[in-house]
This record gives sequence, C-alpha cells and structure tokens, in this order.
Amino acid sequence: MNKMHPHTPREIMTIMAAREIKNGDIVFSGTGISMLAAMAAKNINAPDSVLFFETGAIDSLLEELPFAVADSRIMYWAAANSRLIDAFATMQNPITGKKVIAILGAAQIDPYGNLNTTCIGEYSSPDIRFSGSGGGCDVASFVPRCIAFMQHEKRKFVKKLDYLTSPGQLEGENSRQAAGLKPGGVSVVVTNLGVMRFDKKTGRMYLDQFYPGVTPEKIIENTEFDMDVSRATQTDPPTQTELKILREVYDPQRLILD
Amino acid sequence: MPLQQAITRYVKDGSHISIGGFTLSRNPMAAVYEIIRQKIKHLHLYAHSNGTGLDELIGAGCISKLEIAYAGNGKAAPTCIRFARSVQNNEILFEHYSNFMMSLRFMAGAMGVPFLPTLSGFGSDIITKWGFSKALRRSDSKIVDKKLAIMDNPFGDWAGTSKVLLVPAINPDITIIHVQKADAMGTCSIQGLAFADIEQVKASKHVIVTCEELVNKEALRQNPDLNQIPFIHVSAVCHVPLGAYPTAVFGHYDYDSVYLRRFATAAKKQDEFIKYQDTYIHGAKDHDAFLTMIGQERINAITADPIIGYSVNMKRD
Repeated sequence: MNKMHPHTPREIMTIMAAREIKNGDIVFSGTGISMLAAMAAKNINAPDSVLFFETGAIDSLLEELPFAVADSRIMYWAAANSRLIDAFATMQNPITGKKVIAILGAAQIDPYGNLNTTCIGEYSSPDIRFSGSGGGCDVASFVPRCIAFMQHEKRKFVKKLDYLTSPGQLEGENSRQAAGLKPGGVSVVVTNLGVMRFDKKTGRMYLDQFYPGVTPEKIIENTEFDMDVSRATQTDPPTQTELKILREVYDPQRLILD
Repeated sequence: MPLQQAITRYVKDGSHISIGGFTLSRNPMAAVYEIIRQKIKHLHLYAHSNGTGLDELIGAGCISKLEIAYAGNGKAAPTCIRFARSVQNNEILFEHYSNFMMSLRFMAGAMGVPFLPTLSGFGSDIITKWGFSKALRRSDSKIVDKKLAIMDNPFGDWAGTSKVLLVPAINPDITIIHVQKADAMGTCSIQGLAFADIEQVKASKHVIVTCEELVNKEALRQNPDLNQIPFIHVSAVCHVPLGAYPTAVFGHYDYDSVYLRRFATAAKKQDEFIKYQDTYIHGAKDHDAFLTMIGQERINAITADPIIGYSVNMKRD
C-alpha cells in the first residue's frame, strides 16, 4: 500500500487504542479491531505487553488473526491454555488485576461510561437483542483501565442506556465505589471521530482529542448527551511507522481494517 | 455406547442441560444434531458463551428456558440469529448473566456449595432485571428462588470489599462435551482451552462425552497430567470423529466458515431455516451421513496441522 495513503477511520481508531497500551500491561482483548490494536501496540509502543483472553489463553503467538476468542489460533503457542475461571480470576485478583487494560465494544455508551451489549428496547421483550455480556460485565467490574471502541453516532452515545450490561462510573461522583465496585471501568473511549476521557471528580465523559479533519462541533452533533469539549486538542496523526506496521505486519489481507 | 442411544437414555423432554465448548469451538455438535433429530423439547439450557450448538437447538424449538451470558458465533453471526429472534418474539424465557457468573455457578455446582461470591456486576441491570418471574421460580423445584443476591462482606472490609454478589449453583441433569481423547471408561484429555467444560461436567448428574479418538486406558494413564476429567464423572462415552463439526477442535480441525455462513444465512428466514434443518439434520440419519453430505473436500480444507492446531492459511471470510 502507498505510504502516502491517508489513514482510514478504522486505522486511526486502532492506532489511538494502541497508544493507550503501555509496556508491561496485560491486555484483555476480544477479537476484530480490538485485537488488532493490542497486537499493533506490541510492535509499536509496548513490546512487553501481554495479550490475554477470557477463554483462558495468555500470551498466544497469534500468527493468524483469530475470528473469535475461542478460535484455535488463540490456543497455539500460548504461555498457558486454561479456563474461564482462571481468566476472570486473573482480573479479579488484586495483584495481576492492577496490570490489566481491557478493550471493549458496545452498542450503547452513556455519559458515565456504562455500556450496553444486551438489548435495545425492553429487556424481556426487546426490539433488538445483542449477544449479551459475555465477559464484558466482569471486565468492566474488575479492570482498572478499559478502552471502549465505538462508532460515534447519536443513537450509540445516549443519555440513558436501554440496559446497563457493564458498569462504568454508574451515576458519577463516587457511585461506583458506593455500589461495591473497585475503581475501574471504561476510562477512555476511542471512536471514529475522537478520543474521550472521564472527569476524575464528576465521572462524566469529556472530549480529550479530535482527529485531524474532525471538529469538536461534529462530535457534539453525534452525541445525544452534553459533551464538554473545552479541554479538547487535535490528535497527533498516525505516524508512517504506525500505519506501516498496522498495514503490512498485522492485517496485510485487510480482514479487519476494511 | 452409540450416540443415538446415549441421547435417548439421558436427554429427556424438560431436562436441564449444559453443553461444552465456546462460540465456534468444541461444541458437541453431533449430540446437538441428535437431540434435534429425536425432537426432544422443553429443554432448560445453561451456558456461558455458546454459539453454534445453542443456536441450532433454539432454532429447532428444543429450548424453552435459557440461562446464558453470551450467544454469538464469530464472524458469521456476531449475535446468534435464532437466539435473537426467539428472544425478540418472546418464544423462550431467559436469564442473562456474565461469563464469570455462569462459570462460578457451574463451579459451585461442582463443589457442592449453594453459591459462590464475586465482585462482578454491581450497579448493572444483570442484578436488577430478572427474566424468570418469582412465580415461575417458586413453581419449579429445579429453579432457584432468586437469580442472585448481594450480601455484606461477613469479614468486615477484608480484601477491601464491602459487599459480594452471590450467584447460585447449577447442577444440570445432563452435560454433553466433545473432547479430543477419551477412553471407554470416560477419562478425558482435552487439548487447547478447556473453557468451563471441567466445571460443567463435575456439576452434572449425568455426562455424555463424545470424542475424536477413543483410546485405550493405558494411552491416557501414561500421561495423567494431560487428563482433566477422570472417569468417575462420566455416564457414557461415544466415539464420534468430527463430532464437533462445524465447530473447531484444536489439533484436529478448524471451524468450517463456509458451513457457519450457510447456517447464518438460512437462520435469517423461517422457511429457509426449516429447509436447512430438514436437509442437513433431519435429512441425515446420523452424524456420518451428515458428514457425507458435507463432503471430503470441505473436511480436507479444515483439517488442522496437528502441531499448530488449526488449518494454516485456510480461506476464511
């Protein structure tokens, strides 16, 4: 691919998420674009990060992109192939749990970073039913730093979720701790338009960065709730190195990037 | 024991059942298809994350109640299509938990304790919204009275925790898993990820194991470290090569993305889905006949490199 080819929205999302991963992190990942971000981070900014999956595989070789967290491609050359019980214990465990960063997706997110992956409409008789929590609720409950990957649309960035599957800051202030949860949940939201974080005191989402070619106004337009954009700056665009690694090393067939 | 006979003996109308595997890996598909052929109904199914097996059973109308964390089938169906449809149309009753909660519930069942605690889920609708009514729960002695409960930490704030969420044990009537190797007594050796199969098996009153390779006892006793399930838990062993097809078995074969896509496409329309199950499930007298329909070419395409565990460079879409 031409090196001068500008980045696509999926590429910048992947790179922004990869930049959140620090060396030494244990990265909990699903499949698709979140796994690509975790794999890219290993080659760009966090060579000593370790990938792990809710199915129980840790530090897998990943010579081919898996299509599911139960894909045999996740089992090959792992440090250990264990079980769900072990994988979630790793996160709930206060020693290893502290090092975990997770990447999650959702159908809806609210201003406090709570996620819905269960349904649109009434729970017992929904208009649309999604796959459900899987490990999402567990991850958002235990893991101190979570990246949420979202398409930035008004119907996804909502004032109130149809169903709260995975807890973020609940209702803000200290409601998360009051409910019985440890600090954690979604701490950064990466979309096709920008990067959002949460105010330390109020727990509310604010715009941290907008991508080149995107304005804060566009983000406000695509968000149902009020978004504070007063702290926002423009993102440093993906570097040639970041793009090259993503395109040539991790997804040359563009199984996920397209 | 022949699979047909094992299903007839252990899976009854209204049985509480759990199946092993995870989304598109190591689902006991031969057993699932046999349950559908035998038209067993009103099953109460427990799973953490399941895909192909769950959706075939729901589509065939075998399931009336479901307790589950996730229903998805990889790229072909990120949300299981028959599952979503039957929930949206109020055709099944369901409870929604998380994967850890379901795994802990199986583990509690395996340990013989009434519940296990976790710090997961506080503040979520998993706690507030219940699918089974109190009346239903009271009327059925096999269903626990509460979906879950919250308790103050009885050890003060030990471990920095003020409260715990308790999830109730599951003891299914029957669990069915598919493994790489078993002997005739039922000792099993699983390669790759075990998911929650071990807890599911140990929680269950009866267990059917289907296996790729039926090996002699000595072959498994030479390396007991590689065996996860001792025979004492197992009721029946059935030798069913390719018994997880179209899902994957690490070290033996990959998932068949062509078949999974065919299934997903058919699942979207009622008449096409009936035609699909008539052809591939009811149209085959057993799993061998089903595999004959699939053909050797597909089987060759998905055959795994025995060391790497999957089919290298297999065309996937």
